[in-house]
Formats: sequence, C-alpha cells, structure tokens
Amino acid sequence: MSILVNKNSRIVCQGLTGKQGSFHAQQCIEYGTNIVAGCTPGRGGSEHLGIPVFNTMPEAVRATGADVSMIFVPAPGAADAILAAADAGVKLIVCITEGIPVLDMLRVKAALKDYDCRLIGPNCPGVITPGECKIGIMPGFIHKPGRVGIISRSGTLTYEAVYQTTRNGLGQTTCIGIGGDPVRGMNFIDCLELFQNDPATDGIIMVGEIGGTDEEAAARYMQQHVTKPVVAYIAGVTAPPGKRMGHAGAIISGGEGTAAAKFAALERAGVKTVRSPAELGSAMQELLR
Amino acid sequence: MNLHEYQAKELFRRFAIPVPAGEVVGTPAQALAAAGRLAANGAGQIWVVKAQVHAGGRGKAGGVKLARSPEEVGQLARGMLGTQLVTKQTGSRGMPVNQVYVEAGSEIARELYLSLLVDRSRERIAFIGSAAGGMDIEDVAAKTPDKILTVVVNPAAGLQPYQARQLGYGLGLDNEQVKQFVAMAAKLYRLFNECDASLLEINPLIVTAAGDLLALDAKINIEENALFRQRELMTMRDPSQEDDMERRAAEHDLNYVSLDGNIACMVNGAGLAMATMDLIKLHGGEPANFLDVGGGATPERVAEAFKLILSNSQVKAILVNIFGGIVRCDLIAEGIISAVRDVKVAVPVVVRLEGTNVDQGRAMLKDSGLAITPADDLTDAARKVVAALK
Repeated sequence: MSILVNKNSRIVCQGLTGKQGSFHAQQCIEYGTNIVAGCTPGRGGSEHLGIPVFNTMPEAVRATGADVSMIFVPAPGAADAILAAADAGVKLIVCITEGIPVLDMLRVKAALKDYDCRLIGPNCPGVITPGECKIGIMPGFIHKPGRVGIISRSGTLTYEAVYQTTRNGLGQTTCIGIGGDPVRGMNFIDCLELFQNDPATDGIIMVGEIGGTDEEAAARYMQQHVTKPVVAYIAGVTAPPGKRMGHAGAIISGGEGTAAAKFAALERAGVKTVRSPAELGSAMQELLR
Repeated sequence: MNLHEYQAKELFRRFAIPVPAGEVVGTPAQALAAAGRLAANGAGQIWVVKAQVHAGGRGKAGGVKLARSPEEVGQLARGMLGTQLVTKQTGSRGMPVNQVYVEAGSEIARELYLSLLVDRSRERIAFIGSAAGGMDIEDVAAKTPDKILTVVVNPAAGLQPYQARQLGYGLGLDNEQVKQFVAMAAKLYRLFNECDASLLEINPLIVTAAGDLLALDAKINIEENALFRQRELMTMRDPSQEDDMERRAAEHDLNYVSLDGNIACMVNGAGLAMATMDLIKLHGGEPANFLDVGGGATPERVAEAFKLILSNSQVKAILVNIFGGIVRCDLIAEGIISAVRDVKVAVPVVVRLEGTNVDQGRAMLKDSGLAITPADDLTDAARKVVAALK
C-alpha cells in the first residue's frame, strides 16, 4: 500500500512541452510513471515524448482518463493551471512550479474549496511511491519500496531522508514534498492523517523548516491522532530573523517561525526530534526496532 | 523588495489615501528649498525631516527630527545625509542615508496602528489594527494581545464595509472618522492587491487635531515572486539599502544571505543549505553564509558561487554540500575542480557529494591535486570543515 499515487495513477502533465516539463516528464516515464497526456494551449493534436498533447484540460481528461496532474507551467500561468486541473475533475494536482505570487495562491486556495481534489505544492519536488509512480523532479534511483512515509517542506532534505532510509533498508511507502511556499496545498497534518491510516506505513519522517507555524500545528495534531512513530527535524536553527532563506516561506517574522519554537512544540508533543539531518534514518530505525 | 517611505507615500497618493505634503531630497540645499515650497503651499511652520532607509526604529535612532524653520530643515538634512543610520533593525553598520524626506508637520490628536499582511495560517489578507499607535506593534502584541484587532478578508468577496466599520469603531473612531476609515481601508486593500504587496504598515495612522485621518508613516514591502508583473515598482528598488553580497548573488540567480561566521557553505536546495549551516554550528563552527545554488548545480553556477563566497574576507574554509539528484556527481566534481583552479581558492575546501556516479566524483576530487577534502557524509563533512580551521 501507499498513499496518494500508485501504479494505477494516470498522469496528465501541464506544461509537458516546455524545457522543464519535457526533461522531468521523460525522467518520470523512465521510472515507470504512467503519463497519459500533456496539456499545452496551442499544441493540441500533436505528440510530445510519444504522449498525446491537448489544448485544454477537459479534453485531456476526457480522452485519457487522467486523474492526476503534474504542473510545470511557469509561475505567471501556474495558478491558472492549478484551477484548470481542478475544474477538469483531476483528483490530485502536483504543482512543481517555483515563484508563484502568494496573492495568486490565496485566491487558488479559496477557489479549490469548491472541488473535491488535493493539491501538493507549489514549489515542491513532488510525490513518489517508490517502484510504482514518480511525479516530480526527485531522483528516482535513491528510493526503495518499504515502510517509512516521508513529508518535507524541502526538496533536497527529502532526498537526504530518503537516501538514509534506503541505505538502512527501511525503504519508503510514499514521499511527499509539500513545498517551500508560505501558502500551499497539502500540509503536514493532511499527510500525517493519510500515513496514519495507511497500513503499509510503519513510521513517519517529518522535515520542517523555519517560517510559519505549521510544524507547531502538526505537533498538536500528532499528540492526539498519530500513534505511529515519528522522527522530526527542523532546518534553520542558525537562520537570522527577517531574512528569506531561499524558500519564499522560510522566514522568521515578528518573532514567529523559529526553529527553536518548532523543536520545542514537537518535543512537548512527544515526537522524537533529531538535531542533525544525518540522523533521520538511524533515529527511525531505532524507533522501528 | 522594500520601498522607502517616500515611495510608499507616492503610492498612497496615487490611491488617494491621505498623507501629509512632503518632498524627497538628496542635499541640504534641496531640503531648505523644499521646506520653503511646503510652507508656501499652505503647510505650517513645522517640518519633519526623515531619513530614508529600509529599516524601522528610525525615530529612536535620530532619523526623524522636527524643525521650526527652513534653515533648521537644511541643518538637520545636512546632519543626516551621507551618514549611516543605526537602528535596532539595521545591525551595527547601519544603513546609508542618501535621501531625506521633508514633510509638513501635523498636529496629532491620536496615534493608531494599521497594517495589512498575508496571514499564512489563515491563508487570507489580514488587517491588523491597534489603538496603541506609534509603538512597536510586536511589543503591544506580546504584552497586551487584547489591544490587537484583526480582520481577515475572503479573497473572492474582497474587503466588506462592515469589516472596515468594525475595525474603525474598534479603534475608537467617531462616526465621521469611521466613514473616512472605511474609504481608506478599501483603498489600502486595492493598493495591496494591485501592487502585490506582502506587507503594508501605517504606524502611526493619526487622527489630526482637526479630527481627520492621516497616514503619518508608510511602509510597503512588495513580494519578490510578483515582480515579474510589477515592472514599474521594480524601478523603485534601491540597491544602496541592500547587502552588497546578497545583491550580487541575486544578479546571478543565487540565493545568498550573509552571516557573521567564517565557514562559507555552498549547497543545492534551500532546506539542505539551512541544514548545512545548522550542522556547522552543531559541530562547533560558525557559518559565514546561506547559499543555495539551486537544484541544477551546473559548473557555471558553482564557479559563480565560489567567486561570491570568496569575496567575503572573513571566510577561512568552505563546505560544499551537493546532493546530486538528477545532475551527475562527476559533472559537479568537474565544476568544483575547475572553479577551485580558476578562482584560485586559497582556503581549505571540504566537499560532500552524494548521488549518481558519486564514487567517480569523489575520485576526481581526490586526484585533482588541489586542496579539496572529500567527505563521506553530512556529519563527516561538518567535522572536517570545522577541523580545517584549527
């Protein structure tokens, strides 16, 4: 078992014909992901990477039965692409695009309440169920089917957690990069709930970072609802306040969003924390022993 | 991107939000002339001279002063222009004062606080108001949270008059002032959206002796991600107020933040870059910077990054931490070797590589004949770079 995506997922790629879309869709196909359609306005009726391309999302979904969208559309058009996917009836939207204006995302999030769908990202590496389906830009080969669910706001830190759990043999059920933006789709709590209910997931690794209070909210949620072992790490202990650390959402402002406060909240909730990201895999192994 | 007060007030004027008359100037003579013009246009015989820097806390730091004659305006401008203003938000070096804003003085009956921001947990634009204006709002929030009023706006509906009315009465305004406030709030909401602001703050928003609302200060931050559609606002950028290294990094599309330590780091990915700084600290060192070279760590970017971090004379060692996912490690190793050679890196470099073709990459680093120490993993890398300083 796994969550969100599996070998039966049928993917439409919005922005398939662009440089990023082409490169990463090719990598996904090589991994075994079932990409059934592309969507690029003006390119309908053509083929790209051997995949049929459509002008609009409803056409793509009707013709191919796609139920997941992977978005590589550049930032100025990405909010529009997310809503187009939702309106076409796609159930899971994975938006890789970095740099979407936050006011666009406020409107997108409000509008998505009208639809029965989930959004992962934006500004994220994507989601992968090892051995079955890779949607996004993560390097597929570091993953291994297994027992651990991984949730992270950071791409490369997700890869660290993945790599460590692959090397120590635990493997992963599903890994979700929820993204580095301040306003995003699925959050820690949404993913924790799915992993808690997934029989194949034995333990959960959660990687947070400075900015906002989502880790604190996740800590409160875990105390009440999560019985599986969780290992957590927060990046940015040394980050100065008021500075955006690469990710749009990674900023300590008004005294809120410090790594210290997040570590404290997680520890109060009884979550196992590690101070070095190098210890994520070994700490998980310890808890699952 | 931060705007100066005078730029924010210019935007306020465009949206018909009331502000005092004022002019921005770059010399004492211009300040003197501006004071004369303001008086000639009906302002009183009191002026305020305000240092234009991208930092709060100017008043307490001597960056906002009252003058009672045009000559005094000129003198105060002379005292501020060309100096570094140190406020509690600037750090010890302060910010250069290249311009001052000369403004007509206002008679203040009450001082209020008003701001608009993106409330990330509610996923809404929020208005924050307080009757305790002119003070540090973070202090007010910490000590007397009940004095902070919040209104959140549904993006589909937009700001509704009842919301502004509730906030206005909550601030203790009378009926006439609430009418002004409702109109002002609607304009501020429109400005916030049309300019892609991430923060808009008026502290203080005053009630004048005549009973009218007036924005005595104005602070606007524009969201970086939206600059692609805010071409005109982009021209308001003032590089003199930005960290030199951070500005140069941005020109090369690198994410860089200056810190005070002596171990530089170069990492792919923002999360891993933060984690690398934390690891250096955890193992007894002090990071000199945050630097994310991006997911695709190409040889060109690596070379640019080396040049950038080496222009900081504090740097005594460098830690390169690359998780080569889709980019192959042998290519990254090649980039590092040529950069270390071309840029003539003279300090110890510790490199941790992981990913495709990692063995090949490590061997290339080892055989390069350069002062590059390969590390086995994250912990090993942090230990080795801290040890390299001893």
